[in-house]
Amino acid sequence: MGKRVGMEVSIAAAEAVKQAAVDVISAYPITPQTHIVEHLSELVANGEMDAEFFCVESEHSALSVCVGSEATGARSFTCTSSQGLALMSEITYIASGLRLPIVMILANRTLSAPLSIWNDHSDVMSIRDCGWIQFFTENGQEVYDHVFISYRLAEDREVLLPVIINMDGFTLSHVIEPFEMIEQEKIDQFLPPYQPLYRLHPDHPITMGAFALPSIFAEAKKAQEVAIWSSMPKILETWKAFGDMTGRYYKPIETYKAEDAETLLVTMGSFGETASVAVDKLREGGRSVGLIKIRLWRPFPFDELKKATLGAKRLVVIDRAISVGGPGGPVASEVRSALYGNENRPAIYNFVAGISGRDVTPQDFVKMVDKAEIEIEEGNKEGYEIYGVRE
Amino acid sequence: MTKPENEWTWKEIPIGNVVLEPGNASQYRTGDWKSLKPILDKEKCIHCGLCYIFCPDMAYNLDEESYFIADLFYCKGCGICAKECPTGAISMVVEEEAK
Repeated sequence: MGKRVGMEVSIAAAEAVKQAAVDVISAYPITPQTHIVEHLSELVANGEMDAEFFCVESEHSALSVCVGSEATGARSFTCTSSQGLALMSEITYIASGLRLPIVMILANRTLSAPLSIWNDHSDVMSIRDCGWIQFFTENGQEVYDHVFISYRLAEDREVLLPVIINMDGFTLSHVIEPFEMIEQEKIDQFLPPYQPLYRLHPDHPITMGAFALPSIFAEAKKAQEVAIWSSMPKILETWKAFGDMTGRYYKPIETYKAEDAETLLVTMGSFGETASVAVDKLREGGRSVGLIKIRLWRPFPFDELKKATLGAKRLVVIDRAISVGGPGGPVASEVRSALYGNENRPAIYNFVAGISGRDVTPQDFVKMVDKAEIEIEEGNKEGYEIYGVRE
Repeated sequence: MTKPENEWTWKEIPIGNVVLEPGNASQYRTGDWKSLKPILDKEKCIHCGLCYIFCPDMAYNLDEESYFIADLFYCKGCGICAKECPTGAISMVVEEEAK
């Protein structure tokens, strides 16, 4: 078993990037991602990490550098938040279209306006459809573990897709947690050096990023769509291999006391741990409540979600982003799509909570379950509201 | 020779839409974009090669008689050669009217 240490989650994430033997780091500092790249730049400057650190002038350039370095076959990493992601959003589509296995940690933060540095999921939801595999993490250990998982998965010849690891800004990035660090020899075994399928090299000239006429564009996109869906068995396989090495097994949909529950909370990200405390309280009071945590956001695990919600009468879906003028929160929208075809589908009540980092306590989850159960009882089966707004 | 784009199935496209054949842009007919084509008056031509130098598509080539002639497979009909020709030997003519 690896060494158990207390560490800030951002520092542990940076240590994982070092252990993953990344060749190129390119990033621009933005709160709350800063500690990750600061620590990486220290590691490189002190000679503790053999990598190129590119100090660029914007996030658009940060990801552009990664596209270039990855295209030459160098394992590349970037990290951002909020406005930074918005600025690099153009390049996110290019990285996935070119099938470059870049890994990015996204310390999730609210998009302005109003300006806010705190946490929610509005940043990642703005690039939801950009074609990257997208994980959500619940605690620091999961962030650390997913750096290795993501590189191995992304670089698999049958995957070749970029990966985003979402971690809630501040809630995770700035807290000190216990970590089980994995020995370097184990990492080296789990994550062999990157062997690119195609790379830019003067001896074998190829073209990346060429123009596509309408006569071939749809075929190119179909191939990309099939690629991300075909990555699903590889994701499961990679998690299995990681679990066999560390004893920590991950699933697309994690459940907590969900098997016989009539009401299920559905969360994504760091809400999961808090909500599980609420579930314990509710269970103590004799309530039939469980929890579903979505770990894999893209490709969305429709089948696993259907399986996990089977038999439930009510879902209380907690979103951390608003689809302004749309169907409520993006998670609830996906959950509804997943279950629409089921004859005995549960009532789905949607809360948007904790936007811009407002605390959501176990007591808040209890209140949301109470409110949803009453609303559904009264016939409001597809309700949506922003939780805790002062009237 | 790469097959025409509209014959590729999604399964045949290389991963990441990489183009594996270097320089295959030379197979791309840009000549059908034009509405005007350059006509050379050999009487006025002084063989200076400015048309060859200025052509943005490298469509001009030297023929056996040392005249620079535009390859109409590539020529987009932009008219830069006609504009730059110091003796006015090149004129741009509506393609279907030219014979």
